[in-house]
Amino acid sequence: MHFKARAGAKLADVRLQGALKKLQGNFVKGRADRVAELDNFSDIRDAAAAIRDRALANLDVYLETFERNATARGAVVHWAETHDEVNRIVREIAAQHSVRKVIKSKSMVTEECGLNDALIAAGIEVVETDLGEYILQLAQEPPSHIVAPVVHKTRDEVSDLFAEKHQLSRKTDIPALCREAREQLRPHFLSADMGVSGANFVIAETGSTLIVTNEGNGRMVTTLPRVHVAITGIEKVVPTLEDVTTLLRLLPRHGTGQSITNYISLTTGVRGAGDLDGPEHFHVILVDAGRTKLIGGDMQEMLRCIRCGACMNHCPVYQSVGGHAYGWVYPGPMGSVLTPTYIGLENARDLPNAATLCNQCGVACPVKIPLPELLRKLRERQFEQGLKPWYEVAGLKAWGWLAQHPAWYSLMMRLQARALKLMANEQGMIRNLPFGGGWTDRRDLPAPEGRTFREMYGQRGK
Amino acid sequence: MSARANILARIRTRQGKAVTARAAERDTVAQHIAAHPQSPRPQVAADVVARFCDRALSLATTLDEVAAVADIPAAVARYLRDQGLAPAAVCWPEFADLDWRAQGLQVAAHPARSDDLVGITGAFCAIAETGTLMMLSGPQTPPATSLLPETHIAVLSRRRIVAGMEDGWGLLRAEHGALPRSVYFISGPSRTADIEQTVTLGAHGPYRVHLLLLP
Repeated sequence: MHFKARAGAKLADVRLQGALKKLQGNFVKGRADRVAELDNFSDIRDAAAAIRDRALANLDVYLETFERNATARGAVVHWAETHDEVNRIVREIAAQHSVRKVIKSKSMVTEECGLNDALIAAGIEVVETDLGEYILQLAQEPPSHIVAPVVHKTRDEVSDLFAEKHQLSRKTDIPALCREAREQLRPHFLSADMGVSGANFVIAETGSTLIVTNEGNGRMVTTLPRVHVAITGIEKVVPTLEDVTTLLRLLPRHGTGQSITNYISLTTGVRGAGDLDGPEHFHVILVDAGRTKLIGGDMQEMLRCIRCGACMNHCPVYQSVGGHAYGWVYPGPMGSVLTPTYIGLENARDLPNAATLCNQCGVACPVKIPLPELLRKLRERQFEQGLKPWYEVAGLKAWGWLAQHPAWYSLMMRLQARALKLMANEQGMIRNLPFGGGWTDRRDLPAPEGRTFREMYGQRGK
Repeated sequence: MSARANILARIRTRQGKAVTARAAERDTVAQHIAAHPQSPRPQVAADVVARFCDRALSLATTLDEVAAVADIPAAVARYLRDQGLAPAAVCWPEFADLDWRAQGLQVAAHPARSDDLVGITGAFCAIAETGTLMMLSGPQTPPATSLLPETHIAVLSRRRIVAGMEDGWGLLRAEHGALPRSVYFISGPSRTADIEQTVTLGAHGPYRVHLLLLP
């Protein structure tokens, strides 16, 4: 099923529509308020885009530098070309350390890989510990937002789910639900053999991985188990601590409307001499899985993305249909660019068109990715590769022929103006346009007055 | 070829570069890292202590002033009493020798375990811009103490409050050189807004963060 079919179902889902309404108020206003705190926001935003471009311009050297510095501190750096390779590497690490239970903090790259299923198939217990991801794991659903994964669910749905899965009395207020999840998950934190996290950034200067979290689960996942595996895309490398600081001024503001997240954790190497906590084994997996397809071409700007979610929060299409309509891991405008490039344009036909190109996303993007521009390029590629539907191609061909034959064009326009006038009701509106139901099902089309502009222009002064 | 070689080669080919990186490219990268220049920063008022306190309070951190290290136990006892919390805690080794008993407190100097309800720590420094504590892991500064308990009490000297995170990195480079295993920043009690985007304090980490400010 493609975006178009799914979007229709989501629009008709009353409960989802209620859940989505809150998004705009909280995240959009939150971002605006937090950005206003910065007296020189546009300078910081320019610098952030330049920092990402600097890393991408010498990506291979920065990655090698990261690898060298991380290795010097006792980390093991792996490289994976595909999602399957990521899963294989994690399974091997788990086998090597006799891992039976894995705790995870939120990671979209592992969603790409389907890592949880791969580990479960290998007989390993996997527990998502971010509250949102934990709810989704219980409900066996994919996330619908890259920052707020259960934005599509209401409190009532969570109450029902917890009551059913935890076999405890049904709680209805949010703090009680949060405490119940805390009490359910704490034993897992203490008993897990391995922690799996993503990395918002990896820092070449120090060989560190960095995650931002609010709940504290990220700190536990990277601190308590004896093995820690951080999995992230190759594009996430940032040169220096100063560079990552600039990005951290923008990521929480644009993601959740916070001036800073509760926790920012940098992890460098393994447990040091005399340390009483921290993992004994630290693995970093650098993932390609389609990212190099974006390098060097006219889509490279997309790799600046720091996964804040501002583009989807501000997108009128996302606000109307939610994340599941987009069909893969990344929804909204950034997803409509990433999904076709990662999994193939032919597998995501509707996505480049699942946008109005209104540029709310481009304006909201903290690293100045020209998202509408990139979507337009993908549309051009679709046309070049013959991936547009036949009726669209035929329609454009017919219009192209007419546009090159002015006499025929003028005749068609005159006929059309008269025909549309005849279809109008007493108020001069067309209620139902043949072949144009998509437009007239929900609104009326004002009818033309019966003559074309050129006719009237030709008769002026006569 | 290994995945590593394939990925690096693909990056270089797609960017129209020769198979292996040239010395000039490595120099560019090395120079940027060595210089680690700062980008534009927002203005932070000259009074960093006032700014820090203002931002920390806005993040639901609470504050108290203590005149000297010896006054810490009394301030902790007062806070726990006001919050209706039991008079027991674990602390970092640097506070082990304070006279906790005189204030009726049971304080042990070991890293927090899951059933410890109050953790007392110091801090490496604090960031005025965002009201944030900068913490370093280490044998004397176990991270679990600020993470597992429901209440985290941190002792901070006003002299260790710097304007921005860049200044924190500056202090770290000057005083320690390399990064410890974990550098972590704490900005108030743990929280989540995953259910209906309603902010709820106390997710997996502490429900309360209380700061004792020393001169």
